[in-house]
Amino acid sequence: MPTRRQVLGGMMAVPLAGLSFPRAGRAAARGDARLAVVIMRGGMDGLSAVPAYGDPDFHRQRGQLDLGPPGDGGVLDLDGTFGLHPRLATLHGFYGAGEMAVLHAVASPYRDRSHFSGQDVLENGTLTDRGAGDGWLGRSLRHADPSARRAISVRETVPLLLRGGKDVASWSPSTLPEPDADTLQRIGVLYEGDPLFANALRAAVRLNATVGRDLDTEGERRRGRLQQATGLMQVAGRLLAAPDGPRVAVLDMDGWDTHTRQNGLLDQQFTALDQGIGAMREALGEAWRRTAVLTVTEFGRTVAVNGTGGTDHGTGGVSFLVGGAVRGGRIIADWPGLAAQALLDGRDLRPTTDLRAVAKGILGDHLRVPGAALDTAVFPGSENVRPMRGLIRA
Amino acid sequence: MSLPDRQTQAVIAANRFGLGAREGEIREAEGDPRGWVRQQLAGPAPTRLAGDGDLWSSRDSYSEFFRLLKQRQQMDKGAAAPGKDGPRPAAFSRDRYNAEILARTRTAAATTRPAAERMVWFWSNHFTVSAYRTSVAPIAGAFEREAIRPHVFGRFEDMLLAATFHPAMMLYLDQHKSIGPNSPRGQRNGRGLNENLGREVLELHTLGVDGGYTQKDVTTFAKALTGWTVGDSHRSEDGAAIYVDAIHEPGDKTILGRTYADGGREQAVQALRDVAAHPATARHMAVKLARHFVADDPPDGAVAALARTFRDTGGDLRALTEAVVDLDMAWGAEQRKVKTPQEYVVSSLRGLETARLDGPVILNALRVLGQRPFWAPSPAGWSDRADNLAGPDALYRRIEWAAQVGRLTGRRAENPARLARSMLGVLADRRLADALDHAGSPAQAIALLLSSPQFQRR
Repeated sequence: MPTRRQVLGGMMAVPLAGLSFPRAGRAAARGDARLAVVIMRGGMDGLSAVPAYGDPDFHRQRGQLDLGPPGDGGVLDLDGTFGLHPRLATLHGFYGAGEMAVLHAVASPYRDRSHFSGQDVLENGTLTDRGAGDGWLGRSLRHADPSARRAISVRETVPLLLRGGKDVASWSPSTLPEPDADTLQRIGVLYEGDPLFANALRAAVRLNATVGRDLDTEGERRRGRLQQATGLMQVAGRLLAAPDGPRVAVLDMDGWDTHTRQNGLLDQQFTALDQGIGAMREALGEAWRRTAVLTVTEFGRTVAVNGTGGTDHGTGGVSFLVGGAVRGGRIIADWPGLAAQALLDGRDLRPTTDLRAVAKGILGDHLRVPGAALDTAVFPGSENVRPMRGLIRA
Repeated sequence: MSLPDRQTQAVIAANRFGLGAREGEIREAEGDPRGWVRQQLAGPAPTRLAGDGDLWSSRDSYSEFFRLLKQRQQMDKGAAAPGKDGPRPAAFSRDRYNAEILARTRTAAATTRPAAERMVWFWSNHFTVSAYRTSVAPIAGAFEREAIRPHVFGRFEDMLLAATFHPAMMLYLDQHKSIGPNSPRGQRNGRGLNENLGREVLELHTLGVDGGYTQKDVTTFAKALTGWTVGDSHRSEDGAAIYVDAIHEPGDKTILGRTYADGGREQAVQALRDVAAHPATARHMAVKLARHFVADDPPDGAVAALARTFRDTGGDLRALTEAVVDLDMAWGAEQRKVKTPQEYVVSSLRGLETARLDGPVILNALRVLGQRPFWAPSPAGWSDRADNLAGPDALYRRIEWAAQVGRLTGRRAENPARLARSMLGVLADRRLADALDHAGSPAQAIALLLSSPQFQRR
C-alpha cells in the first residue's frame, strides 16, 4: 500500500481536509454571495495545471510533460513542492493574494473513464451516470439562501449541473444581428396576451442590457473557441455583478481531452482559462469580494505520458477555487504520491478528496445550503462525505 | 368536448399535425381537416428524401470515417504533423452530418405529407442518437433513414429492433463495448458488461422510468444483449450490426419475470419483442404522443385512449397515429404547444417558400436556435415542454432570427396580411393584422409575423 500523507521533500505542509481547518461556526450570514462553476470538459490534466515538481517521482513519471522547476520558463512556484502551469500567471497572483485555493488529487465518485458518463456523474451529484436527471447545483438552489437562488447558464442550454433550480435562465452570445429597438417594441405589443412569451422577452432584454454590447462575442467566436470561452467568463462576471442579476453562474470550457501533443494544447487552454478568470474578476468589480469560482472536471488524466505526447483518461485531478470570498493561498491535498505503487490501477493519480466534500463545503458556507439538504437532496446518500469546511472566508 | 370551427381546425391540421402551412395548405384542409391529416398517414413509409442521392449508408460512412481516423492516428504518432492534404476524419464527419440535416430539413420544408414527416421526427427523437458522441456524427442521419423512416407506419416492435441494433445506437450507448463476463472473450480479457443500452431501452424506449422493472432486469437484459455489436475492420462486416457469439453471455436470462433460454442472437430479439408488447410500453408511448399533440401534461383520458389502441393493435403505429387524429382533445383551439427550434425553422421555410433560405442559412439557424438535428444533449432526446423551449435566451434568438429572415425575404411580404392568412389562417387575429399593417417595412412585417405567439406555438 502507498504511504499516504507523507511529507515530501521535508518541507511540504499538506493540510488534511477536516483536520487542519478551524471548526468554528459558519461565516456570518451576509447574503449576496456569488458562485461561478466552470466545467472543464474533456478531463483536465491536473498534473499539468498544478505540477508536483517537488515529488521525487514527478520527473521520472512525467518525462516530456515536466515543464521544469520554477524559474526560467518553468512552473510558477506555489509552496516549494507544487507549482502552477506557467500560463496561469493571473491565478498565481490570486494565490499570492490569498484568493485562490488549489484542491489536488480530487475526483467525483466516478471511477470509470468515459467522458460521457463521467460528466453525468460530475454534474448529477449521484454515484451513477443515470442517477438523476438534474444536477447538484440546480437542486441546491432550492435550499440556498433566498438571495442566491437565481442562476444563469452562460451558453445556449442549461447543463445537467444546473437543472433542477426554479429560477434558471441561459444567456449565450448571438451570431445574429441585433434586432432594432422599434421591432422589439412592436413584438412586445404582440406578446401582451401571452404571459410566457411576454415574461421571457422582458427577461431577455434585461439580461442583454446587463451583458452590454461591447463584448464582440461574435468576433471572438470567429477568432476561436478559446477566445470565446474567455469572453463568456467576462459575461458571467457582468451578470453576477449586476444588482438584480443572477447569483450563480455555470460555464463550460472544452478542449481538455489532450491525448496528443498535450504541451502545446495546454499552453492555449491555460492561457484562455487564466485570462478568462482575470476578465471575470475585472467584470465583478466590488462584488469579487463575495465571489467564489470553482473549476471542476470529469476526471484527471494518466500520470505517465502516452505514446503521442499526451495523456489518457485518468482519475484524480485538480479543482481551483478562486475569488475574494475564498480562504486561499493554500494547497489542499491529502497527497497520495506518484510512486508506481501509489497510483490508482497503476496509472492514475489516486483521488484522496471527494469533490462532493468540496462542493458541500462551498454550498454550505457560501450559499447557506443546510447540511441536511446537502446530505440528501443535493448529493443523495452522501451522509458520510463530510463537507470540507473553511474554504470560504468567515 | 366540442371542436373549434372548421377554419380553426384547418390551421391546427397544418400547424399542430403538419409542420406549418405552405401557401394554400390551410384552404386545402378546410373542407375536411381530419381527413387532410389522415390521407397523409395512408400510403407508403416516408423514406425518400430531397437530394438523397448524396447521402451515404451508415455502413459506408462508418467504414470511411474509421479508415480516415486510423490513418490520422498513424500520422499523429509519427514525427511530422499531418499536412492539409492528410486524412481529415472530422471534416468527413461534418460533411456527412451537414448533408444529412440539409436533406432532412429541405424534405420537411417541401413535403406534401408533413404529418408523416412529423411522425418521423417524433420517433427519431424518441430513439435519440446524438452526434454529441463523435463516432455517431457521421452516421446519425443514416440512422433515421435506415431505422426510423421505414417503420413510422409499421409496427413499434420492428422499429425498436431496427433502432436498438443499428450501429449508431450501439455506438451511442456503448453496446460495442459490452462483453459477457462469462463469454469466451470476457473470460480471456477480463472485460465486462456495459448496461447503457439495456437500461435506456427499458427506461426511455419502452417501459418508461416507472415501468416496473428492476436493476436486476436491466443487468440481465444487458447480458441478453451481449454479442450484438458493430463490425469493424478487425472483425468483419465493417460498420454493420453483427452478432458475435464469442462475446455473448451464456445461459438462460430471466427478464420481467419471463425466462429466455440461451439462444444466442435470438435471446435479445425475443426479449425486445416482449418489452415492446408490455402494457407499460403502451402507456409510455401514449404519454409521449399525448404530450406531443395535446398538452405538456396530457390529460388521463387522452393517454388511456392511445394506450388502448397501442395494446389492441399490437403496436401498429399507423393505427396509433390515426388514434391521435381521432382524439378531440388534440384539436383544442388553444395553442398549448410551443414549437421546437426545428419546427420553428421548418415552418418558416414552408410559410415563406423562398430559396433565399437555404444551405448555410438553414444550418446556421438550427445551430443558433440550439437544436441541430441529431445533437440532443442526452439519450432522452429534446424536451417537448414549453418551459424548456421558451426561455429568455431561446426566445430572443428566435426573434433575432426572425429579423434576419425578414431582411433576407422581405419581398415576400408585399402583402403581409395575405401572408399571415396563408400561414396562420383565422389565427391571424386583429392584433397581429394591425401590427403587420403598420409595420415600417416588409422586412419588419416578416419579423413580426415569425415572432408572433401564434406562429411560435402550434
